[in-house]
Amino acid sequence: MSAANYNTTEMMIIAASRLLTNGAVCFVGIGLPSTAANLARLTHAPDIVLIYESGPIGAKPEVLPLSIGDGDLAERADTVVSTPEIFRYWLQGGRVDVGFLGAAQIDRFANINTTVIGDYKKPTTRLPGAGGAPEIASCAKAVVLVLKQSARAFVKKLDFLTSVGHLDGGDSRKKLGLPGAGPVAVVTDLCIMKPHEVSRELTVTQLHPGVTREQVQKATGWEIRFAEIVQESVPPTENELKVLRDLLHRTALAHGQAPAA
Amino acid sequence: MAEIVSLQSAIRAHVHDGDAVAMEGFTHLIPFAAGHEVIRQRRKDLTLIRMTPDVIYDQLIGAGCARKLIFSWGGNPGVGSLHRLRDAVEKDWPQPLEIEEHGHGDLSNAYVSGASNLPFAVLRAYAGSELPKHNKNIRFIECPFTGETLAAVPSIRPDVAVIHAQKADRKGNVLLWGILGVQKEAVLAAKRAIVTVEEIVDNLNAPPNACVLPSWTLAAVCHVPGGARPSYAHGYYDRDNRFYQAWDEISRDRQTFLSWIKKHILATEDFSAFQKVLRESAKEQLV
Repeated sequence: MSAANYNTTEMMIIAASRLLTNGAVCFVGIGLPSTAANLARLTHAPDIVLIYESGPIGAKPEVLPLSIGDGDLAERADTVVSTPEIFRYWLQGGRVDVGFLGAAQIDRFANINTTVIGDYKKPTTRLPGAGGAPEIASCAKAVVLVLKQSARAFVKKLDFLTSVGHLDGGDSRKKLGLPGAGPVAVVTDLCIMKPHEVSRELTVTQLHPGVTREQVQKATGWEIRFAEIVQESVPPTENELKVLRDLLHRTALAHGQAPAA
Repeated sequence: MAEIVSLQSAIRAHVHDGDAVAMEGFTHLIPFAAGHEVIRQRRKDLTLIRMTPDVIYDQLIGAGCARKLIFSWGGNPGVGSLHRLRDAVEKDWPQPLEIEEHGHGDLSNAYVSGASNLPFAVLRAYAGSELPKHNKNIRFIECPFTGETLAAVPSIRPDVAVIHAQKADRKGNVLLWGILGVQKEAVLAAKRAIVTVEEIVDNLNAPPNACVLPSWTLAAVCHVPGGARPSYAHGYYDRDNRFYQAWDEISRDRQTFLSWIKKHILATEDFSAFQKVLRESAKEQLV
């Protein structure tokens, strides 16, 4: 049964969570990716394995972590290893199916900027930086990106290429010799995009209910392509929405924030 | 053998102006008390190394202790920007800050190779990334066996590593657990290491394979209960998320930041006095 009242952020998180299959080993970034991955774990994918870069493997947090190393992640994980081990044995070792990431800026080939806005030496905005993203983008078997869509974030040219997606398109990523396949989907509050089979350019394959092509174009800094058949996303079900809202509610309470009304 | 000494003495003896200092702790067991003592003793020209320079390095950078920062992710976890770090990078305040940035896999490997007494670390990353263009310490080498191109970064060998842990025994052997980040590697890569601990006990009762740093790998062990606050110590206290949120406001403005540092750190004698003043500020809602 689908829900009547939901907002576009909820649609984005739910659409992203549906892309994660049960049993997948998922390397999770903090924020929206962590929310979507835990929603998947609490709905259709109870056996999903969540790995956080601080060391927990098989994390099952009761509330969403505020930081990447919250105690709850360690407390309820299958095991906790050191950070070098996470990156060396588990990620580079080829055991991660999906790297689940956010971004400040992405381009038409799903390359990621999390470093600076403006010139590197004299940035107008200094962003937090790479974190584990360059290694995740290289070594995870596939990458899923989740971020809100706007012309500021979806840009013609990145100010800085932090973590590689499909580089210049075509077989340019393949030529780099990286083990992972790179981004397979970008989920936003408006739509889902997937790289075109040959050009590797992001192509809208799915619009969320009520979203128009014009809206997507307006929130994209290049001429966005649409697939031959564009599907409409299935709206959130009552259950998905309830589980998500409960999760966000107990998270807010646990972190001492006022829960959303 | 580690000396069990006060934090003041440990910082005075082992952290010098111009040193390369790694204060580690991956959101857990962050050595805040030690960071404050470095500010209190007005160390300067430090090269600060840390995978995730969060609030602790924001304080050190804003207080003018740092010349250079080597890092892989610089933000206030779960909150947003580090305003003092940004002000230093974007506007050279209170002084220019040289930055050398890496990724997490890269830096954690560089600690491992430092602890292994090797000159560099090797990993599979950065093909296609622009980071190597701006960081001459990320280079590419050819595997002598397969011909594959791999990224190489120099080992991290800090002058001093500083970490916080749960327990030490009376000989100065240290036990830590929970999320361990790169603390063990940082200690073993460094020329000397300082550890602050929650408590000193007769017997660590550490199970086999536990993360124990033997006393003879450390220069100093200091008893500083609560020394990781506002981060957390697994089994002792939780992360003070409200402080991380409050820091966003405190650090946004230079003058507000300076008066906070003056009142809470420079004008207090030690970490326990700091905590007392902080509690009073919290009551007045100033944090």
